[in-house]
Amino acid sequence: MSTPPGTAPGTVPLRPFWRRRPPARWRGGGRLDGRTRALWRRPMAVISITVILVWLLAAALAPVLPGPGPLAQDAGRFEAPSGTHWFGTDELGRDVFSRVLYGARTSLPLAVMLVALSLVAGTVLGALAGYFRGWVDSVLMRLCDLLFAFPGIVLAMVVTAVLGPSVTNAMLALVIISWPWYARIVRGLVISIGDAEYVSARRLLGVSARRTLVEDVLPNIAGPVLVLATLDLGGAILLLSGLSFLGLGAQPPAAEWGLMVSSGTQYFQFWWVSTFPGLAIFSVVLAFNCLGDTLRDVFDPQTSFTRAPSAGAGGTAPDKTGGSAVTP
Amino acid sequence: MTASGVTGRRRAAHPLARLLVRRLGAMVLLLLGISLVTFVLTSLVPGDPARAALGPVQGEDEAAVAAWNSRNGLDKPIPVRYLVYLSNLLRGDLGVSQQTGTPVLDDLIAYIPATAELAIISVLLASLIGVGLGVAAALRRDTLLDQVLRVVSLGGVSVPVFWLGLIVLYLGFFVFDLFPGGGRIDPLAIPPAEITHLYTLDALFAGDLAATGAALHHLALPAAVLAAYNIGYIARFTRTAVLEVINHDYVRAAHAKGLPARTVVRRYVLRAALPSMIQILGFAFAGVLTGAVLIEAIFSWPGIGGYAYRAAVSLDLPAITGVTMFVAVVYISVNFVIDVLYGVIDPRIRAG
Repeated sequence: MSTPPGTAPGTVPLRPFWRRRPPARWRGGGRLDGRTRALWRRPMAVISITVILVWLLAAALAPVLPGPGPLAQDAGRFEAPSGTHWFGTDELGRDVFSRVLYGARTSLPLAVMLVALSLVAGTVLGALAGYFRGWVDSVLMRLCDLLFAFPGIVLAMVVTAVLGPSVTNAMLALVIISWPWYARIVRGLVISIGDAEYVSARRLLGVSARRTLVEDVLPNIAGPVLVLATLDLGGAILLLSGLSFLGLGAQPPAAEWGLMVSSGTQYFQFWWVSTFPGLAIFSVVLAFNCLGDTLRDVFDPQTSFTRAPSAGAGGTAPDKTGGSAVTP
Repeated sequence: MTASGVTGRRRAAHPLARLLVRRLGAMVLLLLGISLVTFVLTSLVPGDPARAALGPVQGEDEAAVAAWNSRNGLDKPIPVRYLVYLSNLLRGDLGVSQQTGTPVLDDLIAYIPATAELAIISVLLASLIGVGLGVAAALRRDTLLDQVLRVVSLGGVSVPVFWLGLIVLYLGFFVFDLFPGGGRIDPLAIPPAEITHLYTLDALFAGDLAATGAALHHLALPAAVLAAYNIGYIARFTRTAVLEVINHDYVRAAHAKGLPARTVVRRYVLRAALPSMIQILGFAFAGVLTGAVLIEAIFSWPGIGGYAYRAAVSLDLPAITGVTMFVAVVYISVNFVIDVLYGVIDPRIRAG
């Protein structure tokens, strides 16, 4: 490349506009943008996102789609899968396919709600513990230890048994056992970010603790925590359907996947009654887990160990001036 | 490292002993906390325990109710009642199950061996397969094999155990008739003389190979189903743990000095990854206990999982809290053992 005439020596030659890198604001969120594109290049991510979208669509469109509906008993009992009843019919002559579709309307929103509630509770408590340390921290972390000591579903069983079996109570019981995971991770992140120089700098400039927590710390932990939440959605669906399977969640005649599998245990020879709802759980949980796994690969290269880490090309130089401005 | 024992006057305890004491202390505190949680939960239940215990006729008699309440300490303030509850627990009194009418402790003792046998076999199975798959995936990182193993292990953690149990039982018993349809041993066979209450071991001790085989045959399906989740979990974890050490200089040095790849993996990579793999065993155990609750009923396995399931379905609260208590105690003890093992294997932990 020869230097075009008319440029001062020592300056970078101006490229024609079509070869210039677009300004940062056109490139979207910068770092995040590249990662999002990396996500689309992974077939597993594309497949799992598709599966999740199909299920979301099914949940949204279930009432509009033609079909007998989840509670209609207008067919014979235990009809094998056929052209009219794709997934067969169950012990009351209800169409299993319709019930599986409607099941998405219970499982997906409940799982999202479960994860959202535990996320909020865990983030708030974890952030408090990590930011203020001291006795707040010790009390909250001992509480977490205590809740970790119960294998999830067993504690959830007690709580639902006490509250009375219903889907909402099952979800609340699961919130009680799942918020500590978020709290512990958020606490760790807040501690590591709270020690960063830019946070100390803000504090030394006289910004209140609450404001630094909300404006500096929380935005920086949002990414990893949201990834964690996606990873958790699959587990949430599994736990919820497990509690329903135990009879502690959804109550008959609701169309809920775990409950449907459980009703199939009594009619062993009619395999379709429980096979299809179980496959529904499996497919959507697998999709969420695959997506979560890929997200972790893309967003958290430290724990993913895939090759081509791109070695932090540019923009990783520590902000030395910012640091020195703080030191007295 | 800290200069322990240098101060002269008194030799500091061995670091491992200190670790032991520290963990024991934490364990006792956790147990207290668990008893507090179950106490709070059981006191939250609406209803009058005195009337429930005395029955409809005597329950109408105010004097009898008052007497029952004072005998069981229910007329005392709540902190005192907690102490009473605690002392009951220490004496092994977990209450009386509403569905069986026997003390929960007796029920637990009757059901524990079956679950213990299932859990141990399943965790062993899962560790062997999971570690194998994880190491294979790590060594062949980013190849097709790695991708396939990734989907397999994600599938393992994604499949609902209760459904998998049903499918496996349907295929293995109902369609192909390769496996028994449930239970620990053939219903007509005489269980082996009870020494450990683990049928496989008891039959072995009795020298009855046919019975050992039968017990293993009955164990195969439920143990495999229970292992599915843990295989996936352990494989993913092992892969990460191995990848974490595989790029270290000492591994490269071992390769460079001409050691066969097999030796490098076994002696350097796996050895370094071992501590974090031991840690995962605690989670594996929790997974098995959770799974047991969900699948023992399907395989008519006479364990505490099935007991908990029946208790949950009939809302038998003393039984559910009893199981919870027991499971939590087991879980804490397993983690205690793992912590100590961790300290034995990795000296750095002892100091922390």
